[in-house]
Amino acid sequence: MKILLSGTASDSHTWNLVYLRLFLEEQGHEVIGLGPCAPAELLVAGCLRHAPDAVVLSSVNGHGYRDGLAAVRRLREVPALAGLPVVLGGKLGVAGHRQEADVARLTEAGCDAVLGEDLDALRAFLAARARKEVPA
Amino acid sequence: MTAPAALPGFGGFVAASMTAGRLVVQPRMGFGDPGRMRAGLARTRAATAHTAGTLTVDSYTRVGDLAAARAAVAEGSRLNGYPIAAHPPATTRAVLDGLFDADFPVQVRHGSARPLAIVRALTAAGLDATEGGPVSYCLPYGRTPLRESVTAWARACELLATTARPGAVPHLESFGGCLLGQLCPPGLLVAVSVLECLFFARFGLRSVSLSYAQQTDPAQDEEALRALHRLAAEFLPDDVDRHVVLYTYMGVYPRTAQGATRLLEASARLAVRSGAGRLIVKTTAEAHRIPTVEENVRALETAAAAAALAGPPPPDPTDEGDGEVYREARTLIETVLGLHPDLSRALPAAFARGLLDVPFCLHPDNAGRSAGFVDPRGRLRWARTGAMPIRPDTAADAAPPTSAGLLAALHHVADRYDSPRHRDGGDHDRPQATPLTV
Ligand code: B12
Repeated sequence: MKILLSGTASDSHTWNLVYLRLFLEEQGHEVIGLGPCAPAELLVAGCLRHAPDAVVLSSVNGHGYRDGLAAVRRLREVPALAGLPVVLGGKLGVAGHRQEADVARLTEAGCDAVLGEDLDALRAFLAARARKEVPA
Repeated sequence: MTAPAALPGFGGFVAASMTAGRLVVQPRMGFGDPGRMRAGLARTRAATAHTAGTLTVDSYTRVGDLAAARAAVAEGSRLNGYPIAAHPPATTRAVLDGLFDADFPVQVRHGSARPLAIVRALTAAGLDATEGGPVSYCLPYGRTPLRESVTAWARACELLATTARPGAVPHLESFGGCLLGQLCPPGLLVAVSVLECLFFARFGLRSVSLSYAQQTDPAQDEEALRALHRLAAEFLPDDVDRHVVLYTYMGVYPRTAQGATRLLEASARLAVRSGAGRLIVKTTAEAHRIPTVEENVRALETAAAAAALAGPPPPDPTDEGDGEVYREARTLIETVLGLHPDLSRALPAAFARGLLDVPFCLHPDNAGRSAGFVDPRGRLRWARTGAMPIRPDTAADAAPPTSAGLLAALHHVADRYDSPRHRDGGDHDRPQATPLTV
């Protein structure tokens, strides 16, 4: 699959992105990286330009729920991107554990999965989409 | 070190502490809520340690999205730092009131490539000490073009140097000794620290600090810190007050409380051994989440206790400062200074030509042809140097990195300190290394 990998608007961490690119490429995916501090507008432009099969958003700076929500809301405003699979993960809040109310808001806004740091879950999420995309 | 003990301000405080033989310890602490921020400063001041205070700024303010910072405050969302430019100056003054004084200087730590709003906000609140640099607050901190960062930082230096209270001596610390926090061999860290402090001096600052972040090997770190002292003496003007500040490990941190504490203690010993004036600590929460006030205080006290037990500092910290790290850093510094007499031209030119090249840095203005690795002895070395005027290690494995290899290298220090076999004895600071090339 073609995956668009991006940091969130206020997050400048990049080791997560460097790592995730390798992780995704090793599973045979093609990765387009937008880099850190990607505002929602840049994300939308990237999706329209590259037409990825899925978007992986990574945030570790503690603003992930808030930035992720703004990004997903903006993506879903664009009709062409309404059905694009989007997954968010990393160290999302500042509290060190999952915030269910924030997860619910993200899901409601159209985020397909909010995964925390679970890479197996990411692998499974993408594998499931890949199966849908290319029926055996 | 070079300052008369009577110098006021942040630099003067550290100089006086050094004369008195006391390491200044400082947290990386920031909360969105002014009440909590004030409580954090009060507890820092009251800690059983010789402390300076910190306002660590949140990520919205760092990237210049003041609207988001204000909205988050209005919603009551928890931020990862103190939104100094979103709160009115009166709020920050109230946070500092009765705490910030000659015995308790407070520094603003931010990570912004466009720092003008932050410098305006901190001077408006009566503060005059901050951190950063045109390179070190640009390449690791997002996508602002390096040239824009350099221009913004030149203006910020001038603003800081000229708008502080009468009689104050504004202080600026370079973050050059950290960059991305890990897998960057010390020569480049030391070079960027010196170059940025030179930049600060050229743009009007009279009190600076040169940083270095603890890396993978204590002996190499000590060598790097000695090189930093020596190069600072060689390159910085004599009338600029300066000290060396050590950062407790800035890469992936141990997950266990024991491992985290041991790494912090090792950094405190390193600070004393190598003549640093100040140490910025990490807490046991580092690997997991934003630390609480309590965790910050515990880290300050732990570091202060370890420093007190470490014995006297070296009589001459520049001694033996002429090894490999020194030569590498000196070559890099001279190469950059040779490009253009104006550092605001020379620094972007150096990056454009790959003469400075930060390993694993995704910033578009970084060449991205260099790589660091942890050698079998645990020392941080160059696997590739790209166009930099220094040589890679011949022992390096040229194979492209795998995700597992990268993760192992990133976790090298954390795993060592988290390991139950890690001994707290004579060779405590020695690594038990495995070859990890990425
Ligand atoms: C190195 C580092 C930095 C470097 C980053 C340099 C760079 N350009 O990348 C520097 C020093 C510059 C830095 C700066 C800051 N940092 Co920092 N940083 C770290 C540190 C020490 C290591 C991060 C790292 O390299 N990890 C290695 C990578 C491979 O792991 P990872 O990022 O955790 O990602 C893994 C998982 O999270 C997961 N994952 C990530 N994304 C995704 C996505 C999906 C879909 C899935 C499934 C999984 C997943 O997979 C990865 C592999 O396991 C961590 C603490 C720690 N872990 O020890 C703090 C940390 C992440 N930083 C933090 C913060 C807050 C900041 C700052 C805002 C400063 C501040 N206020 O303290 C600034 C960032 C400014 C900004 N605009 O955002 C906090 C975040 C707090 C939180 N979430 O509660 C941490 C946890 C430290 C702390 N305890 O305070 N940082």
